[in-house]
Amino acid sequence: MATSLNQTVFKATVPVMFGYIPLGMAFGVLFSELGYHWAFASAMGIFIFAGAAQFLAVGLLANQAGLLEIFITTFLLNSRHVFYGISLISSMKAKGWRRFYLIFGLTDETFSLLTSTQPPEGVDRTDYQLRVTFFNQSYWVIGCTLGGWLGSQISFSTAGIEFVLPALFMVLAIEQFRHLRRAMPFLMALVIGLLVLLFISRDQMLLISIMISVAVLLLYRGGERWNPYRT
Amino acid sequence: MESVPYLIGVIAVMTAATFLTRVLPFVVLYKVADHPLLRYLGRFLPPVMMVLLLIYSFKNEDLFDKGFLPELAGLFAVLVLHLSMRNALVSILGGTGCYMALIQLGGFA
Repeated sequence: MATSLNQTVFKATVPVMFGYIPLGMAFGVLFSELGYHWAFASAMGIFIFAGAAQFLAVGLLANQAGLLEIFITTFLLNSRHVFYGISLISSMKAKGWRRFYLIFGLTDETFSLLTSTQPPEGVDRTDYQLRVTFFNQSYWVIGCTLGGWLGSQISFSTAGIEFVLPALFMVLAIEQFRHLRRAMPFLMALVIGLLVLLFISRDQMLLISIMISVAVLLLYRGGERWNPYRT
Repeated sequence: MESVPYLIGVIAVMTAATFLTRVLPFVVLYKVADHPLLRYLGRFLPPVMMVLLLIYSFKNEDLFDKGFLPELAGLFAVLVLHLSMRNALVSILGGTGCYMALIQLGGFA
């Protein structure tokens, strides 16, 4: 029984494997350029387990960013997860450490599998959800580890590999645009980010831009809702 | 540059921040998930973050120098790949490969 369930879970998670192992390897190679031991690349896959945040971590580490800035940036970068959880509340019956692990491992890809696939007949839903999450995390940790180790061994030039970070954000921005279909937040962030970078602060660019953007978003909403002709 | 205590601090902070975003809906937010302000920020803040992070990744570059052309070419490659194939992995690795080839082979130099 357990074997066939693992086979079912493996089949369901194969697409995630083809995404996580290469992307994890790209992260590991990039991380290895910082000069830390490759085992820290594995540790990040085990503890943080968030693709975009780990790529961002490489940039933040290289810039020696402050911990508060890192906390706020990571929280906002991952804030889309908040809306995943809400839609899974009713189907997540696990308790105790099982519940803790399922919530901990709720990546974009795990979320999409848990909401789009069903456990086979007669299989406990929690058991199925746990295995899907664990398989996905295993692919990710294998990728991070392989990349971190390879990066410390290979001799060919990896100059430019850091471009995976802006490339990832570009892809995420395009995906966001496909959902939202409105140019306003993109143009607003572009203008604010560039102005802050050029005229206010290079080092504190991220935190200052985030605060200004939130303020502008709230003002914009206030302006949209304020209608003098409404009676 | 390689300070292990700093790295461990960063890993701890990122682990906590990531877990917080995943656990919040299960412990508190389900009560206020329908609040219009939260929904508004939930729609508009992620695009803002992606653009700001994109700019942040170039914060040490001179954006108006011709030395920035390989970055612009790489981003253009990502855009074209993603609009045509819509496979995140292909777009990211393809764009990075294009950028690496340009700077290592001296395109635009």
